[in-house]
Amino acid sequence: MSAESAVGAVPMVEARAVCKHYAGVEVLKGVDLVVNRGEVTCLIGPSGSGKSTLLRCINHLEKHDAGELLVDGQLVGYEARDGKLYERSDKQICVERSRIGMVFQRFNLFQHLTVLDNVTIGQVKVKNVSPDAAVTRARELLARVGLDAKEKNYPSQLSGGQQQRVAIARALAMEPKLMLFDEPTSALDPELVGEVLDVMKDLARSGMTMIVVTHEMGFAREVADTVYFLDRGIIEESGDPRKVLTAPSSERLKSFLSKVL
Amino acid sequence: MKVVPVRHTGRWIAGAVMVVIVAMLVHTLFSKVATGQTSCHTVSGVRSCHPVVNWRFSWNIVFHYFTSSEILHGLVLTIELTILAMLIGIVLGITIAIMRLSPNRLLSSTAWSYTWFFRGTPVYVQLLFWFNISAIYQSLSIGIPFLHVTFLHIDAVSLFTPFRAALIGLGLNEGAYMSEIARSGLIAVDEGQFEAASSLGMTRGQTLRLVVLPQAMRVIIPPTGNEVISMLKTTSLASAISVVEVLGAAQNIYAANYEVMPLLITASIWYLIITTVLSIGQFYLERHFARGAQRTPPPTPIARLRTDVKGIVAKFRTPRPAMTREVVA
Ligand SMILES: Nc1ncnc2c1ncn2[C@@H]1O[C@H](COP(=O)(O)OP(=O)(O)OP(=O)(O)O)[C@@H](O)[C@H]1O
Ligand SMILES: [Mg+2]
Repeated sequence: MSAESAVGAVPMVEARAVCKHYAGVEVLKGVDLVVNRGEVTCLIGPSGSGKSTLLRCINHLEKHDAGELLVDGQLVGYEARDGKLYERSDKQICVERSRIGMVFQRFNLFQHLTVLDNVTIGQVKVKNVSPDAAVTRARELLARVGLDAKEKNYPSQLSGGQQQRVAIARALAMEPKLMLFDEPTSALDPELVGEVLDVMKDLARSGMTMIVVTHEMGFAREVADTVYFLDRGIIEESGDPRKVLTAPSSERLKSFLSKVL
Repeated sequence: MKVVPVRHTGRWIAGAVMVVIVAMLVHTLFSKVATGQTSCHTVSGVRSCHPVVNWRFSWNIVFHYFTSSEILHGLVLTIELTILAMLIGIVLGITIAIMRLSPNRLLSSTAWSYTWFFRGTPVYVQLLFWFNISAIYQSLSIGIPFLHVTFLHIDAVSLFTPFRAALIGLGLNEGAYMSEIARSGLIAVDEGQFEAASSLGMTRGQTLRLVVLPQAMRVIIPPTGNEVISMLKTTSLASAISVVEVLGAAQNIYAANYEVMPLLITASIWYLIITTVLSIGQFYLERHFARGAQRTPPPTPIARLRTDVKGIVAKFRTPRPAMTREVVA
């Protein structure tokens, strides 16, 4: 087996029995999940089931307590060397994070910066890209999400859908190998959901590896390669969306789908 | 149908009362009083006498000293003390606020104790303390405790000049108040901003410097403006530790000529002038840091004046459209 095909075979994200608890409350109770390169994975489940927590563990905004979590074949937060696990320094963790894009339910654009500056700041300050190159790339990305005309505006002057598209451009500017979306359309008015989903579909077509926490079952059915149903901290059911979403086997998923659809 | 506007009778009465009060104030400010002396002149052989009168507020003396070199020197010292003490206070305050919010318990409790101590004792006492510090520390040395290793050695009396004692006292005290202001600003920034910055790969320092502090500024600036104005006046306490700032200069002059009231007025007018200048500066600073927070920034006073004038001109130029409505039969 050549080195290249070995890399190709390593999944982008692999979770084995990942656990996480907050002050006595067990939020993740042994989650197993595999996300292959270039695939779109949708994570569905009721409120409080631990979907956000799982995403936050993947980009190390939270530290999991037990189990193994690998991103791009590397243990999150640790480095395996000479048969030992070395905890990574804050600096190394920042570098890891910069390669994983995250899009939040409440957009979280930097309110004091213009749209253009929101998309350039990470490139310039974290990736040390020259300001000119950063602006060029930012303009390309803003054009891609259909917001090139808004680069001088502040986030508060944009609609929710526009803000979320800027947030996607901001994350893409870091040239991520993986994109995490935490309910990207839940805070939007119904008529604005489509424009954000369209950008995400376009991104999926371009071959980006994506994990999407969503309540948009139509999107999951159309775009996802795999759907995971997370309930009370464990994966209850997973597989092809056409099967999982149309003919669920577990009772919990049946009742969840009947509420969401 | 014709629209009849509401009559605001109450507002007219209140306005009239205010006009009378203001008129009385202006009158007494510029009234004259007899000094009890008479002065006599002989004009073309006719001798005439009349009582000598003076401004009640001795405006002639006020303005005689207003730009005297002692007062102006004092003024420079007042401004220097205000600016430097505020700079110390702001830098210290932001540092302490960041320490206070640190997950490190040692840092946060140190920061808490600092604020507790410096807010809990009067600033006047603190000034006297720094002024007299040489009584307990004859000299200051920097070195390693218990090992008799010294890198630097300074004589306390030459280090703590009255000006420096005042600066340190005011600055350290201000740091405690500024830390509370900075802390409320940092807390006001949404948690999501930290998360977004971290997810881009920013370090904690970058997140604070590039994302959180600039947004906290919007909350921090207005009370800091008040602190500057308050500091301007607090610097007058430095006169008690023989710093000849503007009040100290006024005191020195009236100690010699007994014109107490006019010189206090001279100092007060200077304080009012600087306060006014600072308030104008504060307005523009607030406007600058509000960017992004409001969809449209508030107009500057000049812009507002311009629109007001335009409105009035427009009102006179075009006849007011009659507020009538067609009554459909
Ligand atoms: N920092 C925290 N401290 C304590 N408990 C937390 C913390 N963060 C999350 N939790 C708890 O963990 C559980 C899972 O939270 P999580 O945000 O992952 O759920 P979720 O599936 O994303 O739900 P939602 O659909 O509402 O976003 C919840 O019960 C929540 O109260
Ligand atoms: Mg969530």
